Amino acid sequence: MPVEAEHMKVKCLIAKHNNEKKALIAILQDIQAEYNYLPQNSLRAVSKMLDVPLIDVIGVATFYRAFSLKPRGRHVATVCLGTACHVRGGPKVVEEFERRLGVKTGETTPDNKFTLETVACLGCCAIGPVVVMDGNYYAHTNIRKVNTILKKYAKEETKNETH
Amino acid sequence: MRPIKKIKSLKELEAVIEKEIELRKSDTRAVLTVSAGTCGQARGSLKVIDSLKSAIKKGNLEYKVKIRVTGCHGFCEAEPNIIIHPHDLFYQKVEPKNGKDIVDQTVLKNKVIDSLLFTDPTTGEKATRESEISFYKKQRRLVLGDNALIDPTDIYDYLSIGGYRSLLKVLETMTPENVIATIKKAGLRGRGGAGFPTGTKWEVAKRIQGDTKYIICNADEGDPGAYMDRSLLEGNPHRVLEGMIIGAFAIGASEGYVYVRDEYPLAVKNITLAINQARKLGLLGKKILGTKFNFDVHIAKGAGAFVCGEETALIASIEGRVGEPRQRPPFPAVRGLWGKPTTINNVETWGNVPMIIDKGADWYSRIGTDGSKGTKIFSLVGKINNTGLVEVPMGISLREIIFDVGGGIPEGKKFKAVQTGGPSGGCLPAEMLDLPIDYESLTKAGSIMGSGGMIVMDEKTCMVDVAKYFLNFLRDESCGKCVSCREGTQRMWEIVKNITEGCGKEGDLELLEELAMIVKDSSLCGLGQTASNPVLSTLRYFRDEYEAHIKEKRCPAGVCVNLIRYVVIPEKCTGCLACKNACPQDAIRGVIRGVHIIDQAKCIKCGACLEACRFEAVDTQRDEAIRIVEGGAQR
Repeated sequence: MPVEAEHMKVKCLIAKHNNEKKALIAILQDIQAEYNYLPQNSLRAVSKMLDVPLIDVIGVATFYRAFSLKPRGRHVATVCLGTACHVRGGPKVVEEFERRLGVKTGETTPDNKFTLETVACLGCCAIGPVVVMDGNYYAHTNIRKVNTILKKYAKEETKNETH
Repeated sequence: MRPIKKIKSLKELEAVIEKEIELRKSDTRAVLTVSAGTCGQARGSLKVIDSLKSAIKKGNLEYKVKIRVTGCHGFCEAEPNIIIHPHDLFYQKVEPKNGKDIVDQTVLKNKVIDSLLFTDPTTGEKATRESEISFYKKQRRLVLGDNALIDPTDIYDYLSIGGYRSLLKVLETMTPENVIATIKKAGLRGRGGAGFPTGTKWEVAKRIQGDTKYIICNADEGDPGAYMDRSLLEGNPHRVLEGMIIGAFAIGASEGYVYVRDEYPLAVKNITLAINQARKLGLLGKKILGTKFNFDVHIAKGAGAFVCGEETALIASIEGRVGEPRQRPPFPAVRGLWGKPTTINNVETWGNVPMIIDKGADWYSRIGTDGSKGTKIFSLVGKINNTGLVEVPMGISLREIIFDVGGGIPEGKKFKAVQTGGPSGGCLPAEMLDLPIDYESLTKAGSIMGSGGMIVMDEKTCMVDVAKYFLNFLRDESCGKCVSCREGTQRMWEIVKNITEGCGKEGDLELLEELAMIVKDSSLCGLGQTASNPVLSTLRYFRDEYEAHIKEKRCPAGVCVNLIRYVVIPEKCTGCLACKNACPQDAIRGVIRGVHIIDQAKCIKCGACLEACRFEAVDTQRDEAIRIVEGGAQR
């Protein structure tokens, strides 16, 4: 996306929050919702428009776990590693994702299809281990189900490609 | 939902509440109450709702039956579940294909569908009604119970069960001092963790002079394994909001914030909706209901930082800064959000307030123990039969919660420990099962109440691994401001990690204890001060397990991968090939109906074979002399 267009977009998002400094986190959340990550230029723009030093913007963007400074894949797989999911085998599910996708947690596959992330707890402890794929919850996952989930999204990908 | 009409006076609110209660009473249709919280939706409740809707539409039965889509009913094991009024029938694990049957058989012909009833895991008996289910019998669902009665997206539904009547009572008949005295007398204590008396907190906040005061609802439920706040915000947001408005009136606050985790999308949606509806109805804003009281509430979303559950870090986060805690005093009651006096309470605490106002301090203080009043919601999860949210009076024993309400441990395994209080809490062993639960008893036992997470562990859970899990969590979530927490959690994690990998040595445990005490004594905020609890409590109760890892290089629970190997038990193996097909490494050899063998040289210990085997023929070998497998490399 050209820099000016991105600039305009960021400007609109900031205006939505009345140009208030206190809304920094909410603004970054909106930018991430738009781009799936926080592009460098947008952070510079936010710093300038809100009159907040860039180091503070970067500080917030790196402190909070929800923000990503790297582009993420078209599908984000989030594996819950809360205590309940942990004792029921969550780590084994993460390992299986890592093996299937060939990336480590926090990374994106080279074809940009999948990003693998973990989360401290999604609060769905009764149905753990839980995996969230693009906002869809999968309950009681195990090693075997990882393949089923990935296949479903890989299939969607090929469908999109042929269209 | 009907369009919302603004209410301009207290009298009018009273009339509207009366009218809604009447409307509810006069509606004699059968009600299908479907749980659709995050867990319910994950288990397909939205599709069940669709199928019920189409069955009702097809039969033109709108005059006879209605669907109420509610938040979580608490019994997550049975999701998606449907409660059918007036008979209080309880159907569990309903699938979309059951929709037509439920309407045709149960609603029209009053027939119970046997296959959808809940079967008790211990007695094997079927329960027809909600009240017959062992999970609900010992509970007192004073706060959570309303979740099953209302559609959380409709403010009128909340009014129809007498919602906002407590607010009306406060504005009509009480002074701020009265409200504070009532909360104090009731003995309500903060449900977020430390258990500070709520009334005292409010009293201090009231006394502080200031033109602007804030109140905050702490919905940054970061403890892994706890989700009662999510359930309340999703299922009954107006109750929390009502508590906040009453609190604001008592303290003299004009603005409030709900700080809610970004990981809870449905909770964010429902509380946002509730705030907008309350504003439209005239319960928030300037000159509320024609009185002089001004108050409004905003949403602030977290961004995935555990430490933001700490009040000063939470305030920093609302102000748009990095969520680092600061030194207290000054406490937020004196200098909080933007330097103004601020009162912070947890979701569940706010949810208790309307009930105390409605039923009185004397009624409330009769529930619970001497020091801890009322009920507490626990999330009973992990290796337990009836997982779900459990609301019980304070003073109940762990045994009653785990075995009577929770139905014991699945697959006939042995209970080993229960972890309470999240990363700040500890693990309690079987000897502590008869401990009556309140704030003090749990602290004395080396754990804490915390926000109410209760994770049950069986013999297949390694306690050293659990300690490692929490240390990993804490070293990751430590904000890094103070050295003792930042470095201490890291070093403790390294020591425990070494032990689980079979590299532990003599003296490790003593060093761990020393380090744990230092981190506890010298950290700035609650995160660091309690970070040692998981280590200290597991050392206190499960020292032999640590020693087995260090001295004998074995993991008694069969969890730590470096100390175990996967083997096939020949006597149990049927030769079905399931494990062979599941193995990603091609490490399993064997022909159909022949005993399979795991080639240890190829095995990466992923556990796929153990998961695939339906005959319990794959196990982790840990105690016995390891059967030497052909070509296997011994670790």
